[in-house]
Amino acid sequence: MNYVASLMMSLPEVILGLGALALLMVAAFAGDTSTRLVSWLSVALLAAAGVSLLGPAGSGGEAFYGLYRADAFAAFAKLLIYIAAAVSILIAPRFFEKREALRAEYPILIVLAAVGMGMMVSAGDLLTLYVGLELNSLSSYVLASFMRRDQRSAEAGLKYFVLGALASGILLYGISLLYGFTGTTLFDGVAVAMKDDLSTGELFGLVFVLAGLAFKISAVPFHMWTPDVYEGAPTPVTTFFASAPKVAAMCLTVRIAVEAMGPATDAWRQIVIFAALASIVLGAVAAIGQTNIKRLLAYSSINNVGFALVGLAAGTAEGVSAVLTYMAVYVAMTLGSFLCVLQMRDDEGNHLETIQSLSGLSRTRPALAAALAIFMFSLAGIPPLLGFWAKFLVFDAAVGAGLWPLAAIGIAASVIGAFYYLKIIKTMYFDEPAPAYRASDSYIESGLIALCALIVSPLGYFLIPVLGLVTMNAAIALF
Amino acid sequence: MNAILFIVFLPLVAAIIAGFGNRVLGNTVAKSLTTGALFVSCLLSWPIFLSFMGGTGHAEVVPVLDFIKSGNLDVSWALRVDTLTAVMLVVITTVSALVHLYSWGYMDEDPDQPRFFAYLCLFTFAMLMLVTADNLVQMFFGWEGVGLASYLLIGFWFKKPSANAAAIKAFVVNRVGDLGFMMGIFGTFLVFGTISIPEILAAAPGMAGSTIGFLGYRFDTMTVLCLLLFVGAMGKSAQLGLHTWLPDAMEGPTPVSALIHAATMVTAGVFMVCRLSPMFEMSPTALGFVTFIGAATCFFAATVGTTQTDIKRVIAYSTCSQLGYMFFAAGVGAYGAAMFHLFTHAFFKALLFLGAGSVIHAMHHEQDMRFYGGLRKEIPLTFWAMLAGTLAITGVGIINVFGFAGFYSKDGILEAAFAAGGGGKVAFYIGIFAALLTSFYSWRLMFLTFWGKPRWAASEHIQHALHDAHGHDDHAHDDHAHDDHHHAPATGTGGYHPHESPLTMLIPLGVLSMGAIFAGFLFHHSFIDAEHGAAFWNGSIAFNTHLMHAMHEVPLWVKLAPGIVMLTGLFIAWRAYIVNTDIPEKFVAQFGVLYDFLLNKWYFDQLYNLIFVKPAFAIGRFFWKRGDQGTIDRFGPNGLAALVVKGGQYSARLQSGYLASYAFVMLIGLAAAATWAMTR
Repeated sequence: MNYVASLMMSLPEVILGLGALALLMVAAFAGDTSTRLVSWLSVALLAAAGVSLLGPAGSGGEAFYGLYRADAFAAFAKLLIYIAAAVSILIAPRFFEKREALRAEYPILIVLAAVGMGMMVSAGDLLTLYVGLELNSLSSYVLASFMRRDQRSAEAGLKYFVLGALASGILLYGISLLYGFTGTTLFDGVAVAMKDDLSTGELFGLVFVLAGLAFKISAVPFHMWTPDVYEGAPTPVTTFFASAPKVAAMCLTVRIAVEAMGPATDAWRQIVIFAALASIVLGAVAAIGQTNIKRLLAYSSINNVGFALVGLAAGTAEGVSAVLTYMAVYVAMTLGSFLCVLQMRDDEGNHLETIQSLSGLSRTRPALAAALAIFMFSLAGIPPLLGFWAKFLVFDAAVGAGLWPLAAIGIAASVIGAFYYLKIIKTMYFDEPAPAYRASDSYIESGLIALCALIVSPLGYFLIPVLGLVTMNAAIALF
Repeated sequence: MNAILFIVFLPLVAAIIAGFGNRVLGNTVAKSLTTGALFVSCLLSWPIFLSFMGGTGHAEVVPVLDFIKSGNLDVSWALRVDTLTAVMLVVITTVSALVHLYSWGYMDEDPDQPRFFAYLCLFTFAMLMLVTADNLVQMFFGWEGVGLASYLLIGFWFKKPSANAAAIKAFVVNRVGDLGFMMGIFGTFLVFGTISIPEILAAAPGMAGSTIGFLGYRFDTMTVLCLLLFVGAMGKSAQLGLHTWLPDAMEGPTPVSALIHAATMVTAGVFMVCRLSPMFEMSPTALGFVTFIGAATCFFAATVGTTQTDIKRVIAYSTCSQLGYMFFAAGVGAYGAAMFHLFTHAFFKALLFLGAGSVIHAMHHEQDMRFYGGLRKEIPLTFWAMLAGTLAITGVGIINVFGFAGFYSKDGILEAAFAAGGGGKVAFYIGIFAALLTSFYSWRLMFLTFWGKPRWAASEHIQHALHDAHGHDDHAHDDHAHDDHHHAPATGTGGYHPHESPLTMLIPLGVLSMGAIFAGFLFHHSFIDAEHGAAFWNGSIAFNTHLMHAMHEVPLWVKLAPGIVMLTGLFIAWRAYIVNTDIPEKFVAQFGVLYDFLLNKWYFDQLYNLIFVKPAFAIGRFFWKRGDQGTIDRFGPNGLAALVVKGGQYSARLQSGYLASYAFVMLIGLAAAATWAMTR
């Protein structure tokens, strides 16, 4: 094994890691005045990392003796992660400026989290997985309490940290069990060991590892932190949490379920099915009655993770491809929704979070209302918006794998979910107008909203052939 | 000769443009468009009719489109033109065109004029589809189309609860008839394997005497089919039993009453029986039933007409009664006479309705004749038109010299009924008595409205108008006619001055007056003469030459009887409403029970209310409250929604904010998953 070749394959992580350290130096010496510069440089780093995926990093195979994988699956996941991370950086400065919390550490932390997420999706070994996950988590804890003087932000960070530590413990315990009973931490080795009879220890290890990962994707019953953290964290951070780490953790779960635990599919399928259904139903039911839009979107993300897990439950290449498509569409819808939430500001520029304040938005800010309506319709899975196609694919995969009861229940539960999405639209279009929001003064945000809306709109169906090809290619890399 | 395509589809195009253009087009454009389309249709129709009159016309079928093809069932859109259709074409297009014109004046103040004209046009299209139908399904299409238009127009003033109720009543009662019609169509298809009218009529003689299983018994095939079809005709033509909707339909604007509920739609039943006459000829039982229902309706409606005080309702019952004449004419086999009466009736009844509309217009929407009186001098043109209509409906004329329209057609029916013998004789006597009543209530209407002293002051509508400071002054009216009233208000007028209607309303009255005066004289040879008739109808109806001969050779007293009873009725009305106006009150005091019975229309509405409406409401309420709300909603949508909300509340309570409980849930989940994985 050639170290240069291995480093070339992990080029995105190398770029981001070294870049983050360099930017840290810039920030340390230039202070917070350099925040905007650092932000743009961070975005440039992410772009460079993305470009590097075109090389061996996107299709090189195994590196570092199987600890690391550079395949189409990881490349696709990283692309989504970098886009989401870049957007999270771009929207932040204006938000924090208003709160007098503009610090150069924010973009650097996100880049570091991106390094961790890259490691996660490229992991070929339980320890790589763990290191990547922890790097991402530690960055996230700090991000959640980024406005540390703000009580809610601090509380969110603390809750996230304590529960995250618990989840890490569970995960690590599961890893130790798997290592103990299979004698290896490599995914391939675990898979080989599981081919024979599944021992009790291996089974326990499997359950614990999945439980630890379920925390990161906030699948029920490991979702409890999500609404509190999403609500408390600063909105750009919430945007980040809802998008990039979700993709990373979901892809990691898919990879470990297929690559390491593939032979034991029967053992984990039922757990995944339960988590999927519980997430869909709870995400839909609990969202009704929420008055805070960020909290509502937190439940929405729980709900969406449930749908994505339906694809994983199928356990086929089609299912995995559907999960990837779903996550791609989900990222577009979520980023768009949170970008709209960032627009909710009163005359003095204070951010509002109540659904009530959206009343009559169609009359005060028709374009914004239309965009948010598109995201809501899409999240509700109403054709002809792209969200429908994503849902259709996962259910199609489930039916293809013979899991039609799962599909039937999922579709029925999505009706409940449609209720609260439509309620927001109703509030915007049919209620008496609340005081108008301050007009948008950022071309970046407006442009991003328009872009997301365009992708999600029926025009997005032009993307389907390409998306289908790429995700299928990525999915096949796992099998 | 594809003029027929224009005749039928011009109204549809106009209706679509005016209906969807609505306020965008504006009143004048919509009105001009629809009225223009109808006049073009009318102008194209008369040559067709006259060519059949002259013997140069020939029956033809103009195919339009395929409609349904499924197994044996082959339904196509095709327009059939023969003598029968030609007669209906001129009736429909002429009356419709005139009614459109009339509505310019009558609906002048209405805010929804494009909608009104679009509906009128739509109705005309549907009616034309009905009469040009080459198969039963297309006829049913037109049948339902006119029903829809009738519903829309009765309820045109939809803010008036009584109008809505009347519209619904008309629709629902017609549903009963339509069920019969539909079953008739199904049965016909079952028996003949086709719904093409010519094929059915050709095959009908071969089916005579065969039987069919229906409700577990064997019946004569043709009787069953004819009776079912006739039930449809009864509904549309408001025959006894299914007549209750027609008087209520007067809630619609008066032009609608004239067009739909007098001249055209209500005669669709008569048209249908005539169109299918070769079929009916195969079943003496069915014909007997038709005669019976016709005669009974004729008598019933005439008796009720004598007591009504609403001017439009009197005419409505009169219509009902005249339709009875047409049906018993058809029942005795005199289809030519039935169609002739349909033809003349269309003119004079439309005239009477439009005249009544003119009176109502002049009297500021007062419809109660008790508040009229002495209008002869105030609105002379309307008076003369109404007089022509009354002379026509009562059948004034001198044998072999000249008579008004009704003289030829009604007398023809009575003579044919007498000549047919058997049940026809009974129908004849009933018809004679009904003619007496017809004369009485028609003259009663005239005397109450145009003679005597004004009784306007007591009318709420008039008082309202007076306080409303000359609400109608923007109309063209002849102030000169009543200059002498200006300074010395006569007792009973309350100071109100009726005014003659605008020209757009008077022209149709004039044209229809010509029809009421001359239609009988000009056309009776063609319609009911034995030799001419056979040539004229040319096989489009089952023309009974023998019967037509016989009806011209009835005894002289039979020919004179209608005239005598007409004079008797006139004399009674004159005595009671001009000479000695106490007579009606004395009569009511003497025969209170009979009067109440007639005034309440033989208690049909009350009876139906008790038997059908109330139980239907009770059943409906049961299913609504217990079935739908109590069961389906409670456990279905509402129950699920409540469950979801409750679930949301529980999960919110679980979301306590305490770290310990969050961690606890996680560990429970982990333990459950591990346990499940172990034990499976």
